[in-house]
Amino acid sequence: MQEIQLDKSGKEPIAGESKVHVFDSPLQLVSGESLQPFTVAYCSWGKLNKDKSNTILICHALTGDQFAAGENPMTERPGWWNTMIGPGKPLDPEKYFIICSNVIGGCSGSTGPASINPATGKPYGLDFPVITITDMVRAQAKLLDALGIDSLLTVIGGSMGGMQVLEWANSFPEKVFSAIPIAGSARHSAQNIAFHEVGRQAIMADIDWHGGNYHAEKTQPRKGLAVARMAAHITYLSETALTRKFGRNLQDRDALSYGFEADFQIESYLRHQGFTFVERFDANSYLYITRAMDYFDIAAEHDGKLAAAFTNSDTRFCVVSFTSDWLFPTSESIHVVRALNAAGANVSFVEIESDKGHDAFLLDEPEMFKTLNGFLRSVAKDRGVTGESDMRGLT
Amino acid sequence: MSETRSIHSLSVSERKDLQLICDLIPSGARVLDIGCGEGDLLDLLKSEKNIDGRGVEISQAGVNACVARGLSVVQGDADRDLKHFPDNGFDYAILSQTLQATQRPDSVLQELARIGKKLIVSFPNFANWRVRFYLMFKGRMPVTSTLDAQWYNTPNIHLCTIEDFIGLCDELGLQIEKSFILSNDKVKHVESSAGPLMNLIAEQALFVVSSQKEM
Repeated sequence: MQEIQLDKSGKEPIAGESKVHVFDSPLQLVSGESLQPFTVAYCSWGKLNKDKSNTILICHALTGDQFAAGENPMTERPGWWNTMIGPGKPLDPEKYFIICSNVIGGCSGSTGPASINPATGKPYGLDFPVITITDMVRAQAKLLDALGIDSLLTVIGGSMGGMQVLEWANSFPEKVFSAIPIAGSARHSAQNIAFHEVGRQAIMADIDWHGGNYHAEKTQPRKGLAVARMAAHITYLSETALTRKFGRNLQDRDALSYGFEADFQIESYLRHQGFTFVERFDANSYLYITRAMDYFDIAAEHDGKLAAAFTNSDTRFCVVSFTSDWLFPTSESIHVVRALNAAGANVSFVEIESDKGHDAFLLDEPEMFKTLNGFLRSVAKDRGVTGESDMRGLT
Repeated sequence: MSETRSIHSLSVSERKDLQLICDLIPSGARVLDIGCGEGDLLDLLKSEKNIDGRGVEISQAGVNACVARGLSVVQGDADRDLKHFPDNGFDYAILSQTLQATQRPDSVLQELARIGKKLIVSFPNFANWRVRFYLMFKGRMPVTSTLDAQWYNTPNIHLCTIEDFIGLCDELGLQIEKSFILSNDKVKHVESSAGPLMNLIAEQALFVVSSQKEM
C-alpha cells in the first residue's frame, strides 16, 4: 500500500511518474512456459478511496505504454490518452484511482524481449516466451493484487487495449464491475493477422535484426521496424482522413522529381512516423505483441461460442466503435455485442460517427467523451463512488 | 436508418402511454424496451420502479443519447437483432409505438414472446373514427395528431387496427391479459371483449400480452 500513498492527487497538472513492481513469483503463461522474475511498470493518477471501489484500469494498445496521461518522460511528448484523462474529463483523477501498466512483452519498463534473461545475463531476444493477451491480463491482475486492489470499477482500453478489456471480463468477471472495450474485438481477423505478418517480415528481413540478437550486435533493425510501422500506420487511418490531410499534395516542392524521393506529403509523413517510432520501440517487442494479438480469440476457449465467455457475468459493458475504422470495424464490436446479449449480459453499444479511422479512439471525439461520461457516471453511482468526498474521507 | 422508428413526436399522449406502462410494471423487473428512442421510458422505469432495463434502438443518435444518460442500450433493429437475445431473458418486453414500424410485426411479436415472459405493446389504432372519417371524406391517407406523417415519409409501414392486433395474437397463441385505450388524452382500462366500440374510439391501444409458455 506504500506505493499508492505516493500518488499525486491529480489536482495539479498530471505528471506521469512510472513505478515498477518486481515479482519474484513466476507468471504462468498460456503457452505453458513461465516468466520468473517479472516486472510490471505502471503509472497511476488520483487516489484510491476508502472502500477501494474507484479503481479504473487502462489497457494500452500495441505500441502504447503506461504513460497514458501527463508527459511521457521517454519521448517528452504528451501522454497518449491526455484527451481522456484529467480533471473534468471522462477519466477524472479527482474521482477515480486510475492505473495504466505497460504490457508484459512491452519495452517501457515491463519485462519483455529486451529485458535481461536471468539464465544468460543477456537480453532475452527470441528466447523470450511467446505471450498472449491473457498473459498481459494475468500480469495486470498480479499488479492489482500486489497493490491490494481486488476489484475494478472499470477496465477500459482501445484496440489491443479493447482486447485486454474483454479478456479481463472473460478471465476475472468477479473483479470487473464494468468494461469498456473501444475499437476492439474478441478475435483478430485474417486481414489484421495479414498486416501484422507484413510488419514482422519487414523486421526480420532487416539484416540488422540478426535473428533477434541485435542487442549483442549493438545494432537495431531500424529500417525494418520503420517499414512495419509505416504499413501499420496506414491501417490506423482512413482514406477520407488521408485525403483530407494530404491529398496528392507535394512535399517541399512544386513539381514531381521523377525519382523515388518523398515527392508526396503522405510519403514524407509516413517516413517520419516510421523513423520516430524506432526511437521509442523495440523491434522484438513489436514481434511479440503483434503475435499476442494474432493469437487472440476468446471464443476458441469456449468451443467457439463467444457468448459462453460471458454467461452469468454481472459486468456492465459499454462497447464503442467508430464508423470509419476498417481495422477493428463496427462489425467486430457488433459480434461482441450479440454474444453479450445472448449471454444476457448488461451491455451498451455505441458507434461513433468519425472519419478518423481506427485512431479515432485516441483523438478528440466529443460524442465518445459524452457517452463515456454518461456510462461512467452511471456505473460510479451504482457502485457508490461519489468522488471528492471519498478522498476527504481518506485524508 | 437515421430516423427513429417510434413516433417520438407525440408529446402529451405519449407521456400518458409511458406513465401507463410504468404503472403496469412491478418494481425490480427485468425489462427490454424495443425502439427505446432516447430512453425516456427506460429512464422513467429506472427511477420509479428500479428496474433492470435494457434497450434496443435503431437510430445511433438515440442510442448515444441513452448511453450518455446511463442506460444500457444497444444499436439494433427489431426485425433483425432480436434473435440474439436469450429465451425468457426478461420479465417484460416492451414495444412502445414501435410494432407498426417493423418489417414483420408477426415475427417481431413471436421473437418477443420468446424473450419476454410478458409483452407490453402499444400502437396507434388505424380504426379510430378520425382516421376512418379522414379516409372516407378526403379520400387520402389519414394524417392526424397521432399519425402525423405523410404516406410517403411515415415510419409506420404496418399500421393496424385493434381488431387486427387481437387477431394476430390469437394466431400466434398469445393471450391478451389487459387492454387499455388512449383517446382524447385519457387512459381507459377496457375488457378485451369490448370489441367494435373500443376499435372506433381508441386513438392508441396498449395491451399486456402473455406468451403462455410458463407452466
